[in-house]
Amino acid sequence: MQRRRAQTASDNGNMQLYEDAAIVLRTHKLGEADRIITLLGREYGKIRAVAKGVRKPTSKFGGRLEPFMVVNAQFRHGRSLDIVAGAETLRAYSDPISRDYNRYTAGNTIVETADILTNADRGNDHYTLLLGALGSLARGDHTPELVRGSYILRALTIAGWQPIFDRCVRCGRTEPISHVAIALGGAVCDDCAVPGTPKVEAETLALLQALLLGDWSVADTSTSFARAESASIIAAYLQFVLERRISSITVGNQA
Amino acid sequence: MYEGVIQTLIDELGRFPGIGPKSAQRIAFFVVQDAKYDPSTLAGLLATIRETIHYCITCGNLTENEQCSICSDPRRDHSTICVVEEAKDVAAIERTREYDGVYHVLGGVINPMNGVGPEQLNLKTLIKRLGDETVTEVILATNSTVEGEATSSYLSRMIQPIGVTVTRLASGLPVGADLEYADEITLGRAFSGRRNVE
Ligand SMILES: [Zn+2]
Ligand SMILES: [Zn+2]
Repeated sequence: MQRRRAQTASDNGNMQLYEDAAIVLRTHKLGEADRIITLLGREYGKIRAVAKGVRKPTSKFGGRLEPFMVVNAQFRHGRSLDIVAGAETLRAYSDPISRDYNRYTAGNTIVETADILTNADRGNDHYTLLLGALGSLARGDHTPELVRGSYILRALTIAGWQPIFDRCVRCGRTEPISHVAIALGGAVCDDCAVPGTPKVEAETLALLQALLLGDWSVADTSTSFARAESASIIAAYLQFVLERRISSITVGNQA
Repeated sequence: MYEGVIQTLIDELGRFPGIGPKSAQRIAFFVVQDAKYDPSTLAGLLATIRETIHYCITCGNLTENEQCSICSDPRRDHSTICVVEEAKDVAAIERTREYDGVYHVLGGVINPMNGVGPEQLNLKTLIKRLGDETVTEVILATNSTVEGEATSSYLSRMIQPIGVTVTRLASGLPVGADLEYADEITLGRAFSGRRNVE
């Protein structure tokens, strides 16, 4: 589908609206009762718009513009930022995610990652993947940390940073691989590993591969050791690729 | 634009929240022109307020003393602690006259994307207060936003093992709204209808 902003005014002089299905990524307080809402739209990609009066109990928006909500929203072009003109709920994920602290911290890293990756990339694959990950978190299909790990690996893949865990990234051998070199983007075999490359258990590599492919039968039965080791590898790889610290990962480690 | 010091005054007033350029101009001209108004009281307060006001050592509320007037009041029910995000929420709840317990002010909410986690909140003193056996109930009165709900879920997970009853304000407060904007009747109802957290 063609992605373009609607014209600023129609023939009869009314300001024209544009409409999109969108996921609320984050919000910032603005002035006394407004918020700036950052959304990922299915067609328009990243949208930043002001929701007027949203912090007042009488607001027509209710809780529909809270993080993790999926809405069908109308926007009006504004001078600097666009204005949210209306929003209807498509998926009410905020409540089930925020009522469970582990879901909440995982959800934060997911939307923070989506927010950063979609600055450059508007493809609607990001929208579809994010929708699936938040839905899985909200329903409690899998352990939140696994949903987060799988989301990050697959979102990086969409952005062109697919890691490799089933063979050596340097020579292609499938065994023996027992190291992960973050800067090379995946597993390396014993011969290719330079001194100082961290060793990784085979079960961790198997879990990383399962998370990358979305193979939940393997992921759901993984050990807590493999989960902890893969979570730190995924966090390190994400922050290496993005060349920045991810605030929500640092905070999530406080527990 | 006005000349010199009057424009400086307008600019300074315009830095306050909720004061736009028009209001700043009106206030500036009022201060300059109204002979009956004595600006020295306000000037004195502004000059010293930051030295005068502290965080209460017990609850984190704003006070002129070491301990706030609510914490030091023996007529308040010290077995019930109401946890709020900000000092302005204490004022909003006090206006309802529905609550006679004490408070604990977190100084924010857990917001991982903004780098705010449990360690950045006023939690150490809360845990210390709960260790003392007088406290039997903690009411979680954070805003009904995603960050407020998540902070409540973190707190209930932290407090329940201590053996203190944890309750949450009843729904009726619209989701997404700030507590400080709720009217007294709605907020009062939310208090009397508070429910146990499972
Ligand atoms: Zn190799
Ligand atoms: Zn106090």
